[in-house]
Amino acid sequence: MNVVVLVKQIPDPANPYELVDGRLKRGVAQKVMDPGDEYGVEAALRLVDQFGGEVNVISMGPAAAMEAIRRALSMGAHKGVLVTDDALGGADALATARVLAAAIKRSEFDLVIAGVESTDGSTGVVPQMVAELLGVPQSTFAKEIEAKDSSLTIKRQTAAGYDMVECPLPAVITVTAGVNEPRYPTFKGIMQAKSKPVDTVSLGDLGLGGDDAKPTQSVDAVNPAPERGAGEKFEDDGTGAAKVADLLKQLKVI
Amino acid sequence: MDFSFTPEQNEFRRTVRDFAEKVIAPRAEEMDETEEFPEDIVRQMGGLGLFGLPFPEEYGGAGADFTTLCIAIEELARVDSSMAITLEAGVGLGAMPIFLFGSEDQKQKWLVPLARGEHLAGFGLTEPGAGSDAGGTQTKARVENGAWIIDGSKSFITNVGTPMSLFVTITAVTGKNGNTQEISNIIVPVGTPGFTVGKKYKKMGWHASDTRELAFDGVRVPEENLLGAKGEGFKNFLTILDGGRVAIGALAVGLAQGCLDQSIAYAKERKQFGRPIGEFQAVAFKLADIATNTELARLAVYRGAWMADRGMPFKKEASMAKLFASEIAVTAAREAVQIHGGYGFINEFPVSRFYRDSKVLEIGEGTSEVQRMLIARELLGF
Repeated sequence: MNVVVLVKQIPDPANPYELVDGRLKRGVAQKVMDPGDEYGVEAALRLVDQFGGEVNVISMGPAAAMEAIRRALSMGAHKGVLVTDDALGGADALATARVLAAAIKRSEFDLVIAGVESTDGSTGVVPQMVAELLGVPQSTFAKEIEAKDSSLTIKRQTAAGYDMVECPLPAVITVTAGVNEPRYPTFKGIMQAKSKPVDTVSLGDLGLGGDDAKPTQSVDAVNPAPERGAGEKFEDDGTGAAKVADLLKQLKVI
Repeated sequence: MDFSFTPEQNEFRRTVRDFAEKVIAPRAEEMDETEEFPEDIVRQMGGLGLFGLPFPEEYGGAGADFTTLCIAIEELARVDSSMAITLEAGVGLGAMPIFLFGSEDQKQKWLVPLARGEHLAGFGLTEPGAGSDAGGTQTKARVENGAWIIDGSKSFITNVGTPMSLFVTITAVTGKNGNTQEISNIIVPVGTPGFTVGKKYKKMGWHASDTRELAFDGVRVPEENLLGAKGEGFKNFLTILDGGRVAIGALAVGLAQGCLDQSIAYAKERKQFGRPIGEFQAVAFKLADIATNTELARLAVYRGAWMADRGMPFKKEASMAKLFASEIAVTAAREAVQIHGGYGFINEFPVSRFYRDSKVLEIGEGTSEVQRMLIARELLGF
């Protein structure tokens, strides 16, 4: 089973972020592979352990995004593709999906795994777009994965519990943070990652042009969420429960 | 002059730090309180390949070097000294003697399971009546019908009483060379009849590290369990100690760094008289001193490791690194507690544990006094 994992290099979420003109400042010192992607890499490694095949890591980003690919390789992935092109600066979700789909199509694959959403952009739509562009089924929010030769069953996390979803392969799935406990790279893994093959390709190499990379959406402003107020206190003088119930009704919670 | 680590070493440092913060830190207070050896955490450290770092891949190791091991020890100690010493002793005292002095068969049998992190082992030198003066060794071993018969006892031995413990390598008197005792190293597997692993000591610090007394009463092990040449047991041990001192220095640097990181965070957050206490010079200067000493100790420790990796003699440098790093670590811990005030005295903040964990650094693997003696000897040539 050949598994593609989509990964993204992001500013370390452990550090405070900074916005410049409504966009996340990316020139910060410490960048990491999106922690959400570690679950995808781990899921792919387990499937390949079980069925054989290779894990191919694909990322789109500036040249420094190579570090995210190396991180996945040091965990045990076999090879990687980095799509990097100046024309991609400011690419939105659709442009990103076009690029990733074109990069995935370059070799045969049985399954594409991505995180539910990136920790920095949080659009949560790229994997679904990739599935459409590849013309394969998508199955999202997997908290458990079970694969057979030509099909896949996932437990899809829902607010109430989970749905069992089965789909034929090839397919695109997204995995939640509950799907597994990602392994840490060993020193041996870090050393081996240095010599694993990674292709660096441009838009042109993928048969795409500048128009494919043009954003169709723009962000006008980004503002921090307002701080939560102190809330309203109800002293219980015998009518507290009724007051709370009235408020909940008013808010259409009950 | 190049002071930089390799990109792979930096990546590995981030990995170990991440592991220490996510896996060890949330459990450190509980481990300190229950004084229980956390087998699951140590097995995860094994899975990370930490116990095989300086050994070649053919013996189950990672093929890294001593410097990389020091990086791992430092990062663990930044969060928890008990796990750092478990690694340091596991590699430096458990596995290293087999790697340096063992035959090919012994390495396959005893080193491989340690390097893979499946088992732990210890080294038994200290006795109730013999510490720095190893000439006072009382434990005796004699050959009888192709087996060593061992009688005696050992004190303060690390990593021999855990569920993962496989063996201990001991120093024992095996004869006489004129007026001096002939000392040899012998491998004694855990579970050998007559070999009793005693109760855990109640210690001031390093609570989750396994430290026990060992007793040998007519213990029989095969003659082939002799490690290295007969009569070279003491010389072998001295060789191991040089590396061990640098590694303890790395542990001290990690502890000091942990004290600094905790204190900086606290000094920014804690407000008195309307401002963060870090804005008061009395606190700020303490932070500057801890940081400066930690950095100087780090330089000395990694220079020692660098020399060891290049096969250079580093006896004096190892003692200097251990002496300086352990003493500044104790000072860093004391000042960190002071910066935390009353909160530094209660166990909810890590610095109180750091303070208790720090003192033994001036004692284990050669006291500060012994280090000064060794350094002076190198200077004077006596």
